Amino acid sequence: MVGIDWFLGLSAIMFTIGIIGVLIRRNAIVIFMCVELMLNAVNLSLVSFASHHGNIDGQILVFFALAVAAAEAVVGLAIIIAIFRNNLSVDVSKINLLRW
Amino acid sequence: MIVYLFILLAVLAVGSALAMVINKNVVNSALFLVLNMVSLAGIFLILNAQFLAVIQVLVYAGAIMVLFLFVVMLLNVGDEEKLFDKFRVKYFLAFFLAVGVMGQIFYSLAGVTDMLPAISENMAAIGTVEAAGDVLYTKYLLPFELTAILLTAAVVGALMIAQHKIKRTENI
Repeated sequence: MVGIDWFLGLSAIMFTIGIIGVLIRRNAIVIFMCVELMLNAVNLSLVSFASHHGNIDGQILVFFALAVAAAEAVVGLAIIIAIFRNNLSVDVSKINLLRW
Repeated sequence: MIVYLFILLAVLAVGSALAMVINKNVVNSALFLVLNMVSLAGIFLILNAQFLAVIQVLVYAGAIMVLFLFVVMLLNVGDEEKLFDKFRVKYFLAFFLAVGVMGQIFYSLAGVTDMLPAISENMAAIGTVEAAGDVLYTKYLLPFELTAILLTAAVVGALMIAQHKIKRTENI
């Protein structure tokens, strides 16, 4: 069987890719997808800990994280639509109303 | 056999995540994210979390990503033309910052590597729908009901935000 350290390493690598995506992309939708990727990476480490401990509580936590992620995606995409309606762009470098 | 399956799925997950980040087209990025989520569901199956694997495919790859694709096609955003055609200090800064974060995680993992749990005996029995539902409807009943309220609030909030013109009454 595969040890838990491999799963945690994969989770760390995916989290890092998500960070890079958030930092270098400028399209708000892609930034949002990278946040989802980071959320998935953390979910993976939670599931691997739950399975290796033989305890289901971690998997239930992942289930609730999924529900929160769904709510977050709905509200976030609504905000992106509202921003697009005002600025006709989802480029985060052009959305500078609150920037000094 | 399980090891080869894990390596295949892990390479698929990391490769599709990288492809999602460096792809200029938003629709292609979203489809690579779907591939990433499906391979993560496979990894959940290796970890004997069958319930979460099905939920991952249904909710993430099925519902959330369809919502993303729907918004992408609704807004009709073009490609990010100037993604990699110019040398930017920002990219190197982001890369080194992210590598610093990864090094920190790996360093802390290496510090506790003797304390990490080995594979549990009853691992095969805990991830089933039966076991998950058993705990979900008894021990975690209150959070489960609160999730329903959260989802309703999210739907109402999304409708309020995305509405074209909010009608305001005069006496506010």
